[in-house]
Amino acid sequence: MSEVTRFTHGSRIPGWDQSTDPSKPAAAIPDPATTPVPEKLRAAIEAEIAKYPERRSALIPALHHAQEHHGWCSPEAIEQVACVMRLTPGEVAAVVTFYDMFESKPVGKNTIYVCTNISCSLNGGDRILAAMRNAAGDDPDFNIRGFECLGACDMAPMASVNGEYVGPLTDEDCSQVIAQLTAGETPLPAKQLSLRPCADAAGRTGGDGQ
Amino acid sequence: MSAILFDRIDEPGLATIDVYTRRGGYSALRKALAMPREAIIEELKVSGLRGRGGAGFSMGTKASFIPGAEIDKYLVCNADESEPGTFKDRELMQKKPHQLIEGMIISAYAVGANRSFIYIRGEYVLQAEMLERAIAEAKQAGHLGENIHGSGFSLDLVLQRGAGAYICGEETGLLDSLEGKRGNPRLKPPFPANEGLYKGPTLINNVETLATVPPIIEMGGAEYAKLGVENSAGTKLVSVSGNVQRPGNYEIELGISSREIIFGLAGGPEAGRSVKLWFPGGSSSPALTADDLDIPYDFDSLAKAGSMLGSGAIIVVDDSVRVVDVALKLASFYRHESCGKCTPCREGTNWTVNMLERVQSGEATPMDLDIIASVQEQIIGNCLCVLGDAMAMPVGSLVAKFRPEFEAHIEAARERNGLGASQPAVEQPVLTI
Repeated sequence: MSEVTRFTHGSRIPGWDQSTDPSKPAAAIPDPATTPVPEKLRAAIEAEIAKYPERRSALIPALHHAQEHHGWCSPEAIEQVACVMRLTPGEVAAVVTFYDMFESKPVGKNTIYVCTNISCSLNGGDRILAAMRNAAGDDPDFNIRGFECLGACDMAPMASVNGEYVGPLTDEDCSQVIAQLTAGETPLPAKQLSLRPCADAAGRTGGDGQ
Repeated sequence: MSAILFDRIDEPGLATIDVYTRRGGYSALRKALAMPREAIIEELKVSGLRGRGGAGFSMGTKASFIPGAEIDKYLVCNADESEPGTFKDRELMQKKPHQLIEGMIISAYAVGANRSFIYIRGEYVLQAEMLERAIAEAKQAGHLGENIHGSGFSLDLVLQRGAGAYICGEETGLLDSLEGKRGNPRLKPPFPANEGLYKGPTLINNVETLATVPPIIEMGGAEYAKLGVENSAGTKLVSVSGNVQRPGNYEIELGISSREIIFGLAGGPEAGRSVKLWFPGGSSSPALTADDLDIPYDFDSLAKAGSMLGSGAIIVVDDSVRVVDVALKLASFYRHESCGKCTPCREGTNWTVNMLERVQSGEATPMDLDIIASVQEQIIGNCLCVLGDAMAMPVGSLVAKFRPEFEAHIEAARERNGLGASQPAVEQPVLTI
């Protein structure tokens, strides 16, 4: 079972059961004069905005850039995105908390999603998640999450290691992944999705052999 | 059968515009640009192509709903592919990105859309990179941009990555996400064809559907309609996974027997095991059993058997697996992914998980199974989108078809926990309003 808690009974908005101070004014769109935004991040977000007829459409790409820059969607990152997007921090935070890939707490720099959905769990996905956690121990550099179906059930049980799909995994592979990431190497180069041929092998490589 | 979507799929370099063009790519685009728009929609209607994302609605008919007026219109490709067990679009986008792009340009031309978007799930990093590269190549070659090949038709194509939410595969949830909001589904009608992205008419189709458009234009709708069976024309990519020996994507002609796919292509469960149950169209389709293996794999036959073709994802579960675990796994997924907008889905998925946990741990009685079944009935058809139904259909079917196993599990667990035998199931009074 995935342990990402988008759902708590009563509401899906984190903090719904915490009291707020109604005497405090709502946060407004951050003032560009007092909100420093790293130049690279600002340029990346503005390039995204330029792609769309309506600027708000660039919010999810903007948050991807901000997360890459800050490591997580910190209050500071949200403030900066809100400033460039011309939205309130509340509007941005509402989007951050909806999507599983946006981290609203600080996390390790290596993100590993282990699929624990139906097809992977039929092939030992839950065991792989435990093995991965076990291999990483309490190393703060690792952010290991049980994740919903990643769309690679043909290589079950599998994981997405810093965005790279690898599988099918064994328990030994998990310790290898952790060791390779710690050493700054590519994870399991022989088990990556990009090398995997199509299962439908009935001569789909082209009749003239080219 | 000759492959239409998986033709030469593993040829090195097919993802580049050079190889794709050398293999006949973008010739359908030139042919389409010389045709009147109505003629393209007519070809799509004649082809009998039904949406490959899950709903199975005729693509030509959907395209004909887009108003002809000179206003801003949009084409959106749904590449969110989050239905558990589905991974066919991933292979297409990674290995044949140009076929999707060509299909999108033809479809956008047919409905008069000048802006198009691909919304790809955030987890597909490699596929997003392949598409970005392919889009840049297509722009360079003049297939995208202003006045494409002198036709007077202009099209812009933007790729957007999602960020991990199953609900964004639902078309209106996807539109909200593309507009930079939480991916909450909208009330329908108005349907996206009338009021979609930025309140403009929007055609939304799945990756596989759009990638089928160039071959249809190339061979003609009537020729394509000869493939497959009545009401299920053409070929379909099926993703087979779970307890099979050769999991993967296979292109099949619709109407072949399900046994042929599960055993012939995917190798079936490993030796000594047998099929206990299987989901024919992703984890949200009602489960079928080993007795249903000879059903032809097409839209109508599966609907007649009480299930659906859905996204074409076949998940096979063998006899070593406990059905309670399958039901709980599915229900937990939908609880996590429910956006929380509609009460029957938000509460129904939550309480179904709670009840199934009771069943699993042995605190339940068979009466809980009646309550689980009634909760599923009350979810179906009562929400803005079908996420709740997507849990209710498989869980309801598992409880209905495997009730003796659920009951045996409860009794065994109660005995283990020293709780004693449960009360006999109470006959539910039937309320008529």
